[in-house]
Amino acid sequence: MTTDKVLMKGNEAFAEAAIRGGARLYFGYPITPQSEVPEYMSRELPKVGGCFIQAESELGAINMAYGAGAAGGSVFISSSSPGIALMQEGMSFLCSAEVPLLAMNVSRGGPGIGGIQPGQADYYQVTRGGGNGDYHIPVFAPASIQEAVDLLYEGTELAQTWRNPIMVFTDGMVGQMMEPVKLPDYKPVLKPSEIAAARNWACTGYTDRGGDKERRVVKSLRMQPEKLEEHVEKLFEKYARAEKELARWESENLKGAEVVFVSFGTTARICREAIEILASRGVKAGLIRPISLWPFPNKAFDEIDFGTTKAVISAELSMGQMITDVQLALNGRLPVFLAHRTGGMVPTSPEVAARAQAVLEGLK
Amino acid sequence: MKRIIVIAGHYGSGKTELAVSLAMQLSAEKDRLFPRLAVVDLDIANPYFRSRERMQLLREHSVSLYADAFDSTGTTAELPALTAALRAPLEDEGCRTIVDLGGNDAGARVLKQFSKYFQGDGHELWAVVNFRRYETLTVENARAHVEAIQRELDMPVTGLVNNTHLLRETAPEILREGWEKAKALSEQMKIPLLFTCYPAGLVSPEQLAGIAPLMPLGLYMRPAYLDK
Repeated sequence: MTTDKVLMKGNEAFAEAAIRGGARLYFGYPITPQSEVPEYMSRELPKVGGCFIQAESELGAINMAYGAGAAGGSVFISSSSPGIALMQEGMSFLCSAEVPLLAMNVSRGGPGIGGIQPGQADYYQVTRGGGNGDYHIPVFAPASIQEAVDLLYEGTELAQTWRNPIMVFTDGMVGQMMEPVKLPDYKPVLKPSEIAAARNWACTGYTDRGGDKERRVVKSLRMQPEKLEEHVEKLFEKYARAEKELARWESENLKGAEVVFVSFGTTARICREAIEILASRGVKAGLIRPISLWPFPNKAFDEIDFGTTKAVISAELSMGQMITDVQLALNGRLPVFLAHRTGGMVPTSPEVAARAQAVLEGLK
Repeated sequence: MKRIIVIAGHYGSGKTELAVSLAMQLSAEKDRLFPRLAVVDLDIANPYFRSRERMQLLREHSVSLYADAFDSTGTTAELPALTAALRAPLEDEGCRTIVDLGGNDAGARVLKQFSKYFQGDGHELWAVVNFRRYETLTVENARAHVEAIQRELDMPVTGLVNNTHLLRETAPEILREGWEKAKALSEQMKIPLLFTCYPAGLVSPEQLAGIAPLMPLGLYMRPAYLDK
């Protein structure tokens, strides 16, 4: 049953949503600001017949996820920025081998060990990837705990449908804060004996497959260049479909806006407050909030009121990473500026509003 | 109210919001039983939303704040290194001291090293409960949390605080529902229900007729943009 509204900390809600969405295997290593996720999983997964293993490191965790996913398990992993960095090699392997995985980055300030306050400077890391080769990972960036719950609930099925890792990218603020949420009902999960038939590529052994003796191979090694090229081309047909089907965004107040903010996650909420401040000063501002970061919602930018909008501001908790995608999406149609803090600092809404006014003033 | 108030409770039950609100209210009192006022932030379980983040506000109201060993620069450090100075308000007979513990029994554990200050009867141990938290939706679950805290600290909880809320979505009926459960918990555990908190500005005391005593809370810890 769907719950009434209950108050939950982001990290607890993420873990519970993953369980309710069907994830039954979790491998991880604690790191702030998401350590409540493994803590919750270690306590709750065994109660629903799942399995939690604390890995020796994030490298161990991602490779456990690779193996369990290849065997047809529904795996969820989470970490924070430097931990996700350690997992990049594995992400590339999973994409190549088409192994489903639901992953989450509750990001913090960087580079390096950085700090433990919220950041969005992993934008390139999650949308471009630090692994080798040609691959993509669909990335979703929730702005509230409820949205994160809904995405994680959907995530296990999405990863299975696309046979690819799916990443939910949020920041430490969303992980650590509390919000009222409705938790969706538990999805039915496959019994181990049903996996072989339902996931007809998974390496389950012959035991549960009746008379079927066809070899199932999950691999990322392809030594013949022709075969590897053919495989990558096939992956990219899938990614092309994903670009059409998985682009998601929300737009607010675009009609008649003088300036449009583009921002995701926590920053989008600050922009909403900045928009109110600007309205009180007679400046009309709008917002494009990408929900999918890859694929980037390029179509959203066609909805801008080009008759009135003079500038677009990418608001980020980084030195400016998403701004590259904003520029590509606009393709020179409007000048693009940056409003940012970094290192775990979060801008205030008056700061963001002032930046917008300074940008408009500078264009006069 | 005894000189030292220790505030314990489930993760996210609202301990810090209560500690900061209580300190602000006590700082406004004219005739003080204790001339000095301090908050001791013992939350080493969580790196965000701790009372030390409101250090400046508290200090502006002449409330001393004791936390980790790094004073104001340590607001984001997660090293469990407490300042030795925090023994001062615990020892100072002229200082009203509010101790804000971390969440759950695990977060309360840190108090044990200061157990010598809690041998007599100069303190109270409050347990804050929010019946809209996912893990304490029932009297039974809330009771398990309160019992775990008592076991961990080897100290009896002397009073319950009903802080049932849904942040800005808190409505009078939610508070009333929580109050009914808090009364049942109080009866079961034979621990007095001290008061019911309500978010000032969102709910008025008139909407809570019959519920007493009441304690207004500010939303000091929550940045406004989080409600956009």
